[in-house]
Amino acid sequence: MQKIGVFVCWCGSNIAATVDVKAVAEAMKSEPNVVFATDYQYMCSEGGQKMIQDAIQEYGLNGVVVCSCSPRMHENTFRKTAERAGLNPYMVEIANIREHCSWIHKDMEVATQKAIQLAKAAVAKVRKNAPLTSGTSPVIKRALVIGGGIAGIQTALDVADAGYDVDIVEKSPTIGGRMAQLDKTFPTLDCAACILTPKMVDAAQSEKIDILAYSEVEKVSGFVGNFTVQIRKKARYVDPLKCTGCGECTEKCPSRKGKNEFNMGLDNRGAIYIPFAQAIPKLAVIDPTQCIKLKTGKCGICQKVCSAGAINYEQKDEIIERQYGAIVVATGFKPISLEKFDEYAYAQSQDVVTSLEFERIMNAAGPTKGQLVRPSDGKHPHEIVFIQCVGSRDTSGCGKPYCSKICCMYTAKHAMLVREKYPDVNVHVFYIDVRTPGKNFDEFYRRAVEQYGVDYIKGMVGKVAPIEDGKLLVQGSDLIANEQVKIEADMVVLAAAIEPDPSARSIATMLTASMDTNDFFTEAHPKLRPVESPTAGIFLSGMAQGPKDIPETVAQAGAAASKVIGLLAKDHLVTNPCVASSDELLCNGCSQCEKVCPYGAISYIEKEVRGPGVREVKRIAQVNPAVCQGCGACTVTCPSGAMDLKGFTNSQIMAEVDALCK
Amino acid sequence: MNNNVKELRETILRISGVDPKKCMRCGKCSGACPSYEEMEYHPHQFVYMVDKGQIDKLMNSKSLYRCLTCYACLERCPRGVEPSKLIEAVRLMVIRQQGMNHMKPDDLPAKLDEEMPQQALVAAMRKYSK
Repeated sequence: MQKIGVFVCWCGSNIAATVDVKAVAEAMKSEPNVVFATDYQYMCSEGGQKMIQDAIQEYGLNGVVVCSCSPRMHENTFRKTAERAGLNPYMVEIANIREHCSWIHKDMEVATQKAIQLAKAAVAKVRKNAPLTSGTSPVIKRALVIGGGIAGIQTALDVADAGYDVDIVEKSPTIGGRMAQLDKTFPTLDCAACILTPKMVDAAQSEKIDILAYSEVEKVSGFVGNFTVQIRKKARYVDPLKCTGCGECTEKCPSRKGKNEFNMGLDNRGAIYIPFAQAIPKLAVIDPTQCIKLKTGKCGICQKVCSAGAINYEQKDEIIERQYGAIVVATGFKPISLEKFDEYAYAQSQDVVTSLEFERIMNAAGPTKGQLVRPSDGKHPHEIVFIQCVGSRDTSGCGKPYCSKICCMYTAKHAMLVREKYPDVNVHVFYIDVRTPGKNFDEFYRRAVEQYGVDYIKGMVGKVAPIEDGKLLVQGSDLIANEQVKIEADMVVLAAAIEPDPSARSIATMLTASMDTNDFFTEAHPKLRPVESPTAGIFLSGMAQGPKDIPETVAQAGAAASKVIGLLAKDHLVTNPCVASSDELLCNGCSQCEKVCPYGAISYIEKEVRGPGVREVKRIAQVNPAVCQGCGACTVTCPSGAMDLKGFTNSQIMAEVDALCK
Repeated sequence: MNNNVKELRETILRISGVDPKKCMRCGKCSGACPSYEEMEYHPHQFVYMVDKGQIDKLMNSKSLYRCLTCYACLERCPRGVEPSKLIEAVRLMVIRQQGMNHMKPDDLPAKLDEEMPQQALVAAMRKYSK
């Protein structure tokens, strides 16, 4: 004989103001098998939980229905409550009479009727509930970090510091990422390389960190605590064990047409190159699209000059497979392409540059050795115009709808650095709004205006046109003066919007991690779980999740690391018992479920099946309960009704539907 | 805003299809406008003034007829506000109040020019009727 208790929560006035909670409890008393029904102000409070525990013991309840908020909020709370009273936690059902009822209705009578219906459905379901037991799965104590920028490096360092092994997979030949390209950092103006390279060295020297540079994630399978990842180590054509990083080959290479990625293509590099002086690993790499030997078979100069004998033109890509307990996405960002912004003459004039290109121009290791000169003729500029929000806050379809967040601060930085080093240069900044929230940020921007005399103009530029003398006519609005201003500039710097690195999309697909409409990874909760993906075991670090500056990136990288450490510190994970299973007698081996399973949890086996009057070898579906996430796609696909989901069985769902339709 | 102004504003927004609330006041329209110097009220002000109901001032301003309908503001606007359509709609309101004294369609063929967008001619029908 089943004994079910129903507990109706007021949620203060959240539910009780719209639903007559006493009427709901009263109505439930006449439902079959319901031996106890009551209401209480806050069911989730200690008092409310005690009430449930006492009732379970006093009435010998073997089923509990809590009419309250969404199961996402407190299902776990009430399951634990039941467990404490000796009841299997999966004998608890939640009727959501808040989000699904009181919050969306105004009429009390109607809302009360609906709440009663929902409660009846939950009672009908709990009648068919069966006790379920969670299993466990082991945790592999190794983490993978995808992306070797400051976000990935910081996460790896923090995870390694806790004593766990961690691999960094970086698609380019060196770690360091975008931060390595920056000249100075706001708001302190310390040199980016000076603060980044020690971290790169720490990562390289850590016994716990394995840096897989020039490598890409190829395939991911498995689940939280137990991922299997295939990584493609791209051919460098250089033996990493022999190369000393001396750079002799890079100087002698006759191919000089490859665009230097580190300098944003502002100068060229050899086909064999080392990205920059502090690259880690400091190994040469051959760009096969530029190498004369690889393209034509003739040349081989680098091989001749290499005293270490490290050059190997026969090297092939290598695929390695490793196991991880957790994966961190730190895929970073890039500035958007400016092809849709013809009005700024970026494609027409070399003297119109993006802010990241400007970083390289200002940097001592950059193409101009840190001298501020015009890319077109090498002359010293006297008039520079900075344009902010190029493609940011743009809903016209040319740009990105979001604020890129970092541009106000780095533009102020650029303006200040120019005025500091070259007081003869006039600097104008066109802005829509100056957004400088952050510690010492607004003070920094005001310093640019008040101490350095940077000319901030409220308004946008409508047109940049190359004119005679190689100058650029900048025509824009000055909204405060209500004037159209025209400036004859020597250089124009565009604060291009940032976007997620394009490699992020395929990685999201491999990880089954969700992204927003702008291809930023979504977090499990925007406020309360900001560094976790909704997909278990996947964590987010840095710009991959949304625009952020270096201090925020480092903070988030540490937060992601702490979540990884929390996972890796466990020896076992408790698995969700609400998984699919197939009925051998009904399964006809059609493979439909295998095809729809997004987690690869279903495989087929040949098995001798014995049943009433049946004894045959059949091809039947088998679910790996450790991989199954309980999504139910297979159960609705199965044509023979063999697939069923524990905790959400077909008979339970039909009982709910019947109760609702009565 | 009194009821007459409200109604006028609604009509202008309806016939132009422009939502001035989308404007983020960046001024790119006025930065792009080739007739800026000729105007008493500039493209960004058109958007603001229509939204605030200061339509009388616009209807009585010569600025209306300095707009070349070149669509630079519309092309450049990062928020898709389309100020030139708003200006066109205000011109239309002036004409509606005057009666239907358009420039005659018979005059059009002589004015056709490959270099000129046909939209400019359509706009001229309203502009030069004053």
